[in-house]
Amino acid sequence: MSEILDILLSANFWAASLRIATPLIFGVIGALICERAGVLNLGIEGIFTAGAMAGWMAVWLGAGLWGGVLVAALAGGFFGLIHAILTVPLGLSQHVSGIGVTLFATSLSYFTYRTALPDVSSPPRIEAFKPLDIPVLSDLPFIGPALFQQTSLTFLALALVLATAYVLYRTPLGLAIQAVGDNPSAVESQGLSVYGLRIGAVVAGSSIMALGGAFLTMSAFDAFFFGMVNGRGWICIALTVFASWRPGKALLGALLFGAFDAFQVRLQTEVGSFIPGQVFLMMPYLLSIAALVVVARRADYPRALLVPYFRGQR
Amino acid sequence: MTVRSQEAPLVLKLEGITKRFGGLTANGDVSLDLGKGEILALLGENGAGKTTLMNILFGHYVADEGRVLVADPSGELDALEPGSPSAALEAGIGMVHQHFTLAENLSALDNILLGTEPLAALKSSRAPARKKLDDLMARSGLSVNLDTRISQLSVGEKQRVEILKALYRDARVLVLDEPTAVLTPQESETLFSVLKKLAGEGLGIIFISHKLAEVLASSNRVAVLRGGRKVADLQTSGCDRRQLAELMVGHEIAETAREPGEPGAVLFSLKNVSAGGGRDALRDVSLDLKAGEILGIAGVSGNGQTMLARVISGLEPVRSGELLLEGEGLGSLHARSMIDLGFARIPEDRHHDGIVGAMTVSENLAIESIRKPENQRFGLLRFAAMRTRAKEMIKAYDIRCQGEDSPARLLSGGNIQKIVLARTLETEPRVVLAAQPSRGLDVGATSDVHRRLLEARARGAGVILISEDLDELMRLSDRIAVIHRGELSNAEPTETLDRGTLGLRMAGHGAEDAA
Repeated sequence: MSEILDILLSANFWAASLRIATPLIFGVIGALICERAGVLNLGIEGIFTAGAMAGWMAVWLGAGLWGGVLVAALAGGFFGLIHAILTVPLGLSQHVSGIGVTLFATSLSYFTYRTALPDVSSPPRIEAFKPLDIPVLSDLPFIGPALFQQTSLTFLALALVLATAYVLYRTPLGLAIQAVGDNPSAVESQGLSVYGLRIGAVVAGSSIMALGGAFLTMSAFDAFFFGMVNGRGWICIALTVFASWRPGKALLGALLFGAFDAFQVRLQTEVGSFIPGQVFLMMPYLLSIAALVVVARRADYPRALLVPYFRGQR
Repeated sequence: MTVRSQEAPLVLKLEGITKRFGGLTANGDVSLDLGKGEILALLGENGAGKTTLMNILFGHYVADEGRVLVADPSGELDALEPGSPSAALEAGIGMVHQHFTLAENLSALDNILLGTEPLAALKSSRAPARKKLDDLMARSGLSVNLDTRISQLSVGEKQRVEILKALYRDARVLVLDEPTAVLTPQESETLFSVLKKLAGEGLGIIFISHKLAEVLASSNRVAVLRGGRKVADLQTSGCDRRQLAELMVGHEIAETAREPGEPGAVLFSLKNVSAGGGRDALRDVSLDLKAGEILGIAGVSGNGQTMLARVISGLEPVRSGELLLEGEGLGSLHARSMIDLGFARIPEDRHHDGIVGAMTVSENLAIESIRKPENQRFGLLRFAAMRTRAKEMIKAYDIRCQGEDSPARLLSGGNIQKIVLARTLETEPRVVLAAQPSRGLDVGATSDVHRRLLEARARGAGVILISEDLDELMRLSDRIAVIHRGELSNAEPTETLDRGTLGLRMAGHGAEDAA
């Protein structure tokens, strides 16, 4: 038991939890914005890959770190637009289109990478984001190393949670997005454009998802690898249900998952000799399934999620 | 406000509206005008083109021909941009759809504000809106708690939110599509008194309806649509029920009436049946149904009728008590065994429980007898035989559809009900359970339903008729019992009852009468 307590009391563990949670925060906020407007975006896994690849490559080509972030967001927005056009005005199956976007975005990213770097065995490295050194806060005992020695992207993710919550609950735009995901005819009968709102939400949400990918190549690591997204996008889809489509709970869910993951790595080194490592790798996923089972029953689904809207048809 | 409607300035003018869907002409050259402060009823059967016409007015559809003119605040008539709800809202047209257009996850206030503020605004300005709405609610008598989520509101309250949405945008024309379809009689009365008040303040109102009573009671003028064309435009004060009904249907309507009959022996009984839980539970219900009679069950919706129908349909197990057919206990109940015993079930929610929308008309007609030899051989369906029989039934029951292979969901409510009637009555059942059989149907379809039920009675079947419509019950039933809070009163001969007594019992005042 004392090993477990040691893990929980180390600042390093909490710092790792927040670091692991960061891409998930981007992903789950992006997915939440799409789904609040009524569109499930299963393109997320591919959009992560595209963001990771495009952001990293832009930096490698000399765009600068924030230039890379912008390129990643644009790449995400591009694939989001494809998904939005297929599912909103054309009303195709959101599942099929989403999986298609994932395959397309992933393959295109790999293809671009291979075409640009045909002969390298280990990918070139970039100068990634460095942890910020915030005066006073970063120097606090325990809390400083645990919470305030993160890179700018982590703070951007946290700021996005606040901004999303504010927009969703306090502004006319947010009300319209909530309404279009619940009953599109409410939006149309009040003179707003259902298609405009939905396409806008999917593009914006996809841009934010792509930042989760960019975090992987520009902050967590400093290079792009095949398979590095490794199911993070799918986790975000589950976390969205866990969060009941609320930004605050989405943050909580991402942090919980990050904490499980950081915990299992440390537990593995403590007691790894008795139990196979795969059991520990499984743990965060098992726990998220358990959490979903408990929470999803009461989940407050956007009523129009997955339902295409056609004008003049009811 | 004693201006007569013809002299009032026009607020709305529709000129020669024509709308075709494929080969079907939903509206043919319809012209209509509406004066300030006037209440116009748009009367017609289901499928007569009323809703299409109003959807053109509101910009959901674009008319193939014709145009819409709306008065601006100074009274000048301007052409309205077609196909744009936002242009219609801008011009002062408010519409209350039959299926409410409200976001259930937002508060009443946010639903009203939706679309009235620029989307780029950094903050929703709820405080000034609240003030304006408080004022509107006080003036119109439409009161709603603005902070409640729509999902928590009753149907009547949701409708008030819809009307407030229009008033908040300073509508000068208000269109309501079948506003009373979902309301109780009391709520309907309140609604119409509000509408009259609003008209008194100069609002032009159009309401769509197929109910003659409310059209006669609440409108100044009535326009009748039939087959997509306007067939009459009259001052309501000069009209009577019969005249309007014939204009609407296009021919004389045979009044269905019950021939006096001699009921036979007790056919089917419930003895001290309790079932279900909560508000819709049945408590210690007993009834006796005789062969050759119609037993009416009156009651305000939500008092256990649904549970009673489910029990008799074999869909709900009873907690205590028993069901007897010709004196023999039925034991445990299944839907299938009830069909085999000769029960015909006409469900309350015909779209949901009466048909499988994605299946064809002929499959829906065969669905209750699918295991009988005429429909299957060695476990394989005999589609040709099913189609042949479906064609006969389509003809006999006058089911209007594009053939026996068209999906049932494409049919109108009246024709869906005819599928249910054909399927259940064709087998000459002994007991017919009809739950709200004419709810939401137009005059023609309703008279068809009534005729079929009376035929079953004449044939010697026992019919249980559950209805909220007292006129229907009084006209068809031999005896009537009242259900209130899950308890059923003794059935009494219709001749000894009047609307007043039944109304009191439906409200739960039966005990004093009995004492």
